[in-house]
Amino acid sequence: MSTRLTRGGRLIDRTTSQEFAFNGKKMRGYAGDTLAAALLANDQMLVGRSFKYHRPRGIVAAGPEEPNALVGLGKGARFEPNQRVTTTELFDGLEAESQNHWPSLEFDVGVINNSLARFLPGGFYYKTFMYPRAAWKHLFEPIIRQSAGLGKVPKERDADRYEQAYAFCDVLVIGGGIAGLQAALVAGASGARVIVLEQSAAWGGRAPVDGDLIEGGSADGWIGAAVKTLSLMENVTLKMRCMGAGVYDHGYVLADEKVSDHTPGDGRPKHRLWRIRAAQIITATGAIERPLSFAGNDLPGVMLAGSVRDFVVNFAVSPGDRTVVVTNNDDAYRTAIALKEAGLAVPCIIDARASVTGVLPAKAKALGIRIEAGKAIAKVKGGKRVTGVSLCVQAGEGSVLEEIACDAVAMSGGWSPVVHLWSHCGGKLTWDTANAHFRPDAARPPTGADGAAMVVAVGNANGVMTVAEVLADAARGGAVAAQAAGFTAEAVAAKAQSVAEAAMEAVWVMPQGASPKLRAKMWLDYQNDVKVSDVQLAAREGYSSVEHTKRYTTLGMATDQGKLSNINGLAVLADALNEEIPQVGTTTFRPPYTPVTLGALAGESRGEIFQPLRKTPMHAWHEKNQAYFEPVGLWRRPYCFPRAGENHEQAVHREVINTRTALGLLDASTLGKIIVKGPDAGRFLDMLYTGVMSSLPIGKCRYGLMCNEQGFLSDDGVVARIDEDTWLCHTTSGGADRIHAWMEDWLQCEWWDWQVYTANITEQLAQVAVVGPNARKLLEKLGGMDVSKESLPFMQWADGTLGGFPVRVYRISFSGELSYEIAVPASMGAAFWEALHKAGAEFGAMPYGTEALHIMRAEKGFIMIGDETDGTVIPQDLNLGWAISKKKADFLGKRGQERNYLASPDRWKLAGFETLDGSVVPDGSYIIAAGKNANGQGNTQGRVTSTYHSPTLKRGIAMGLIKGGLSRIGDVVEFNTVTGGTVKAKVVDPVFYDKDGEKPNV
Amino acid sequence: MLILECPYCGVKAEETELSPGYEAHLKRFGPGSSDEEFEAYMFARKNPKGVHFERWRHVYGCGKWFLAARDTNTLEVFGTYPAQSSEPPADLQDKIKAKRPDWKGYK
Repeated sequence: MSTRLTRGGRLIDRTTSQEFAFNGKKMRGYAGDTLAAALLANDQMLVGRSFKYHRPRGIVAAGPEEPNALVGLGKGARFEPNQRVTTTELFDGLEAESQNHWPSLEFDVGVINNSLARFLPGGFYYKTFMYPRAAWKHLFEPIIRQSAGLGKVPKERDADRYEQAYAFCDVLVIGGGIAGLQAALVAGASGARVIVLEQSAAWGGRAPVDGDLIEGGSADGWIGAAVKTLSLMENVTLKMRCMGAGVYDHGYVLADEKVSDHTPGDGRPKHRLWRIRAAQIITATGAIERPLSFAGNDLPGVMLAGSVRDFVVNFAVSPGDRTVVVTNNDDAYRTAIALKEAGLAVPCIIDARASVTGVLPAKAKALGIRIEAGKAIAKVKGGKRVTGVSLCVQAGEGSVLEEIACDAVAMSGGWSPVVHLWSHCGGKLTWDTANAHFRPDAARPPTGADGAAMVVAVGNANGVMTVAEVLADAARGGAVAAQAAGFTAEAVAAKAQSVAEAAMEAVWVMPQGASPKLRAKMWLDYQNDVKVSDVQLAAREGYSSVEHTKRYTTLGMATDQGKLSNINGLAVLADALNEEIPQVGTTTFRPPYTPVTLGALAGESRGEIFQPLRKTPMHAWHEKNQAYFEPVGLWRRPYCFPRAGENHEQAVHREVINTRTALGLLDASTLGKIIVKGPDAGRFLDMLYTGVMSSLPIGKCRYGLMCNEQGFLSDDGVVARIDEDTWLCHTTSGGADRIHAWMEDWLQCEWWDWQVYTANITEQLAQVAVVGPNARKLLEKLGGMDVSKESLPFMQWADGTLGGFPVRVYRISFSGELSYEIAVPASMGAAFWEALHKAGAEFGAMPYGTEALHIMRAEKGFIMIGDETDGTVIPQDLNLGWAISKKKADFLGKRGQERNYLASPDRWKLAGFETLDGSVVPDGSYIIAAGKNANGQGNTQGRVTSTYHSPTLKRGIAMGLIKGGLSRIGDVVEFNTVTGGTVKAKVVDPVFYDKDGEKPNV
Repeated sequence: MLILECPYCGVKAEETELSPGYEAHLKRFGPGSSDEEFEAYMFARKNPKGVHFERWRHVYGCGKWFLAARDTNTLEVFGTYPAQSSEPPADLQDKIKAKRPDWKGYK
């Protein structure tokens, strides 16, 4: 059983006991424990179930590479799924739940999948697609859906807050082990601004666990002194609990600081996401131990040898009384020695190497530990925990020589440098045969804006494995980075004595001639249940690319992203393909290094400050008057102004009727307003619009269309000629910024010798549409200027004052009624709006919102950008040929519209539709045509683009595109509906109201 | 997250301050051009792995469009220059040739 030792534990404080709960069971640990250490101290070996087969799983590792021990942490609004117990700091009151089991961790029904394993081979998911369709829909999909997903989605809104911060430095050191600290000491001494990131809550990494001696003393002593020296340097910043997540272009790095994960609810942000820009980056990210592939290597109690050592030395936790060590290298002997020195039993060290000669094996032997050279584990015995191993010859096929009883297995297949951050932005790797791992290729580093290296890998992360070499390499890297950032640095390294280690021997399958039955129990990817046999099957089925094999078998696709399984998996693949490992290569390393919670990525951008909110000068009035808002771009516009007892639809209909019969007021401030000015402004607008704007007389308005170069309609609006060289272009509410940028693009990049200025003055002006038969009466009451038909006819504008406000009045109408659109300085918008309401009360003035606006324009057959257009519609499709100049030699979109497909008479064109039963055609409906297409889908001949109940006509009206357009008037067509069934409608003229346009022109 | 220096205001702008405008030095083909010319202008893009000329706008800065020469593979930036340029400046072309002897020119 796993338990707490009575002595030792360099990271724990035995005077501070902490209570926590696992699956509701109360347990105790110490301050300084990780949750993993505390669980093991309480003999909780079984911590979860695997994804596919629901096999019992225990803790394998002691760090971020842990694949098995994921828990749901916290409760309610602080619940987080998929938290690794090995990187979770224990705190008093912590509550954790194991995942992926039903009904309980101890008794899981899903484990039945285990006995069905031969029906769930590699590529299982893809194979299910191949069978008859009915099998997927009725058999496989329900089963996969039932078991899919790891962990539970939090149900409540996150109670915590997250923030983001920026930082800048000359040298960023990622990793606070001895390599990172040494590199930081050298770079810091040069005067460079240095930031050091350490993902865990302790400096120094694994050196103290390995018992390394530095400068004649303990590693702990040197680490303490180094941290003190660095913290006294003003140019150095140390950040603990801060994981370097990703390296991006030009020295940009994301880092996730776990500010209060271990002190939840203390008021501080939970995480702080650092956005760091560094001139040079040092990756001192260490190495991760590889498992060995033997049958039953996934049973609870089988752990990485280095991690067993971590638990013993750091937390005084023993994974078992009797631990068998299995290895292909000398390093694992340190674990055997540490266990022995802690008073625990090591029945045997099983070493796959035929000859064992190193210093560490000699020391182990001297401690009385039995060493079996050239041997292997044939199989691990046990169910929910290890009970023993069977010994066999590594060179053989797995014939059992002997059973060895034990309750833990410490395995080591060698160490792989953490090359993720080196690789994120293009750093290449080289295969190191001696250590059987990929390490950074210094000749092909990630490069920065100047084309020179921007990342330096040091220490274990650089494939340098012994302590003296690590320190020397780190000092070199610190100096290289500081120099590259423009500082003078000297690579002075601390002295250390390394223990000589004999060569390791690559072992990818144990024993090497293992039978298919054994290989089907050798796990590569623990979390996703991918075994040696699955990868070999994929190879037999023709998957030769490592990227394809990954996706086919799901190897390395779990939340640990293959930190343990990567090298072993591709070694097995290479062997199956009869290729060399470097030729097979690795899959792509992508950020983040370990998962970053979405909260940290969102930061403070949630709720009201999710995105900027644009408000018109009248916004406060709308709020006070119960406006129901809708988003229009970043604007919020009143959709309608419901009165007591009214629903939205009733309010909209009242607003339409009131505007058509009395007086409506619309806040039109969001309308885009762009000034175009200069000697070449007319010529420029003639290129931009399909019509002619240069000929527009001063004082007049003209409707215009803008197309993109492909000829598709992009925006519309009324243009007013202000003076000889000034035009004011109205754009759609959402389109002002886009159109302004479009203008600038052409002016700066194509016609840069044309003398034109543009200014987007949308927010400088408030604009109100005064609409309805009583509109003129209201303005005359306010007084100050002549607004009669004679002085200010339709489609003209004039400057003046109204009720004391300086105004510019446009006689334009989007509703089909007598209408004045009146602009005032934004600062007067609210006052002017209120003055209109006050004076307009006697004429029946009411505000109306965007929905009434939409209905009234649809009743008039006016198009709306985004309704009638979708980026594939040309003005000709909307019967707007009249707004396209035939005389102009060129305008943006003219050449595009000449393409034969756009000039085809078969295009769907605009028409109006009236349902026979008066109902409203559902949004998104298509007009059905006879027959079926090649895919067996019903043919179509058109679609609806705008559809409303017209309160004016008291029936459903619609606009839409139909093959043949207006030539189809009188035809009866059928629209499909989402719910099935059809709606019959008659094709009509799209102008439903005041066809001759008499109403606005009074 | 590239950093490009705006040749107008001199600011070393991060990508979030910029908006991309894709390939630079395209020649516009309008009415009277052949289908092939128009198709090439509208749709055919080089998309090279290597030296590339791009349009960028310093949208959250001075608002000016500029052009940038960079290596899409190594992310090296060779230089930036005003959009009002019919071709890349000669010294920039020389610099690129010196660094990338195999470069075939911007056209």
